[in-house]
Amino acid sequence: MNFKLEIWRQFESGQDGAFETFEVSGIDPEASFLEMLDQLNERLSHEKRRTVAFDSDCREGICGSCSLVIDGNPHGPRQVTSCQTYMRDFIDGATIKVEPYRSTTLPVIRDLVTDRSALDRVIEAGGYISTTTGPQPDPNAMLVAPDVQEEVMDAAICIGCGACVAACPNGAAMLFTGAKVTHLNLLPQGQPERESRAISMVNQMDEEGFGGCTNYGECARVCPQEISLDVIGMLNREYRKATVKKKPKAPPKMLTQ
Amino acid sequence: MKLHAKIPDGPIEHKWRTWLDAHKLVGPRNRAGKNVIVIGTGLAGGAAAATLGAHGFKVKSFCFQDSPRRAHSIAAQGGINATKDFANEGDSTRRLFADTIKGGDFRSREANVWRLAELSENIIDQAVAQGVPFNREYGGQLATRSFGGVLVQRTFYSRGQTGQQLLLGAYQALEHQVAAGNVSVHSRHEMLDIVIVDGEARGVIVRDLVTGEIERHAAEAVVLASGGYTNVYYLSTNAMGSNVTATWRAHRHGALMANPCFTQIHPTCIPQSGEYQSKLTLMSESLRNDGRIWVPRKSGDDRRPADIPEPERLYFLEERYPAFGNLAPRDIASRAAKVVCDEGLGVGGTGRGVYLDFRDAIEQHGREVIQDRYQNLFEMYERITGENPYETPMMIYPAPHYAMGGLWVDYELQTTIPGLFAIGEANFSDHGANRLGASALMQALADGYFIAPHTVTNHMAAKRGEVSTSDSAFDAAQDDVESHIAALVDVGGSRSAQEFHREMGNVMLDKCGMARNAEGLNEALCKVREIKDEFWRDLRVDPGVEELNQSLEYANRVSDFLEMGELLCHDALRREESCGGHFREEYETEDGEALRDDENFAKVTAWQYQGEKGDPIPHDEQLDFEEVKLATRSYK
Repeated sequence: MNFKLEIWRQFESGQDGAFETFEVSGIDPEASFLEMLDQLNERLSHEKRRTVAFDSDCREGICGSCSLVIDGNPHGPRQVTSCQTYMRDFIDGATIKVEPYRSTTLPVIRDLVTDRSALDRVIEAGGYISTTTGPQPDPNAMLVAPDVQEEVMDAAICIGCGACVAACPNGAAMLFTGAKVTHLNLLPQGQPERESRAISMVNQMDEEGFGGCTNYGECARVCPQEISLDVIGMLNREYRKATVKKKPKAPPKMLTQ
Repeated sequence: MKLHAKIPDGPIEHKWRTWLDAHKLVGPRNRAGKNVIVIGTGLAGGAAAATLGAHGFKVKSFCFQDSPRRAHSIAAQGGINATKDFANEGDSTRRLFADTIKGGDFRSREANVWRLAELSENIIDQAVAQGVPFNREYGGQLATRSFGGVLVQRTFYSRGQTGQQLLLGAYQALEHQVAAGNVSVHSRHEMLDIVIVDGEARGVIVRDLVTGEIERHAAEAVVLASGGYTNVYYLSTNAMGSNVTATWRAHRHGALMANPCFTQIHPTCIPQSGEYQSKLTLMSESLRNDGRIWVPRKSGDDRRPADIPEPERLYFLEERYPAFGNLAPRDIASRAAKVVCDEGLGVGGTGRGVYLDFRDAIEQHGREVIQDRYQNLFEMYERITGENPYETPMMIYPAPHYAMGGLWVDYELQTTIPGLFAIGEANFSDHGANRLGASALMQALADGYFIAPHTVTNHMAAKRGEVSTSDSAFDAAQDDVESHIAALVDVGGSRSAQEFHREMGNVMLDKCGMARNAEGLNEALCKVREIKDEFWRDLRVDPGVEELNQSLEYANRVSDFLEMGELLCHDALRREESCGGHFREEYETEDGEALRDDENFAKVTAWQYQGEKGDPIPHDEQLDFEEVKLATRSYK
């Protein structure tokens, strides 16, 4: 198969970028999108031209590294990660536009590589259960009904790729944050910090500059893990309950020895 | 060099307790003054950094990925073993221990394996307390299933994403400690050298992958949790970035590398489809619980699999290993698949594939039950291949997956360099010549949560002088790193690192993969050296070292793989026996099974680096089997 690629080139964060056009030919339809880019980079090496920078690691859709925007769609046309997008999904001879995520909260580092550390900081604000390594209660002491476990798992499978942010016209990270809050707040182990978690994670989203949700639903449309908009509903409910019940305050400092 | 494993005296079931009771402590008030460096944020590294941070030490955690949550532990699918015996089958520490020793084909250290089995229960407790959503039975209790190489159901799982959920548990614990101010995470940073002062590991040199800046970090101890080296085969189930650089640079400084030839080729992966392919995808071994593996009895049978009647199907694992059938251990299942494909019975475009068929399981349990068990795996398969496994059997073939070998460590997980620890897949200790399914997660977490935090503390309790990053050892290490980088850029050739990597991987897989012989290994040694020479003659790296430069990162990793590949061949040559994942064609029984030589090779081979031109020197650690009798492994 042959394609014309229009790829975003940007040398550094803060600099101007532009699209550069490349033609690739003889691509196997079974090759993944990233393998097609590998082949382009191999050729650019031969031609002694600067290769195209893009993130990828596991290439099986679970690590969340890859983060292209293909023809305007975060990840690609099929609601799977960029690494699981195959050339057979495109029409032979097509012109394909490849961009990085576009969001001020996820700035471009180079070409198609973006800085997603804001998402780590949202987790750092409360996306965990405060426990440390050591003797723990019998895991069957707190039973979890299988349907609750299923609901938890449907949210916990978030890969933190940030496509939801890239797709949202408001640049919101509500699907990402909602998924973590749903995961932890539904579990018995997550109850003690239920309210402080919702409040501090939402506060951190605001601090990072993520927008708010106005129900476009674009995030769920592109999410490769098919996380449902329900998690945003859950996040809103948890936040509202927590703020009505008590004044927002910083989570208690964890105790170290 | 005499290898001293420092195994505590006393009965095996008390050794770890004995060690814990006697180890040196650091008082709570003194901990904040002690720095420790952890390289890698997978299950082992993330767990160790979080635990040491919670103890109050100052932890610096490094990963080359853009977030600690992306380490490749995340891709583990099937599950994690523990001796909870919730299934009431009489499972016990001794049974898990014995299964692991036997599964490893008697090439692992008994005391370490016992401790692993002993700690397995704590891991489940710890993970559940962190909010890891393991699958549940109808009554809400934890569910378990069975896995290859064992006869009990001791594997806990979160659908087919157990690694992801356990890693997110460790990652969240890590972020919790970041919030508490005990851990700093340096993502997009790659370790390029360790720094040794007065014979002890006292720091690292890392490269900031965004700015290209070379940084120095000093500490009282360095923990390597940088994973395995299976990407030496180029195509493997590892991530693109998985590399040997951290452990190899430690090896160059004198840390011994043990049993490098023990690599695992996993039986259930999606077959290769073309030359351009960059990685292979694993399908969880748990599929073998319900899937039946077969090939047509007739070579070149091109009927649709559903049209091939029962008598014309060869269920080769069930026929050959009736007791374990499709659940035979990985090394055995992989080789059996290779044998039938070598005989020309393989299926698929390349002839290197076998069927994994769910027809009977769907008939027996109904589609819903199978869907419940494997839905995401089936979806993943369909996404990659475009075929629906509910209707047509999957096609699978073995692929390089895991490195049992790694840095030699003693009972305290300390390498031959004092103050340098290796945990998780980066060390060699627990899996012998073959790892059983669902025990990598167990070992990484046992090392990270429950062992290394204590043994590292024990090391840090001793008094030692301050080390500043302006010490001459740091100067020397930084010079080395910078000249290596400059050398890579200066080659100025025309081929990308990926081309050399691919070429080398083909040689390694062909000559040092599922079956090896002396002639082939010698040939591989020559070829790898040739590729290395060519690499240093014709490599092309993008110019610009003080910036994000992915071609430089990759070339740097490949330069280490090229050296590692040689060592792997040396080790495979020296081990004149077949055991576990190491199958030497010269040493097989009459019916084609592995022929072990316990008299000469019931030992660990740990290699000492002798410079780029010199041949590495082997050192042996004798393995004693007191608890499990040395016996020929039989899964028939």
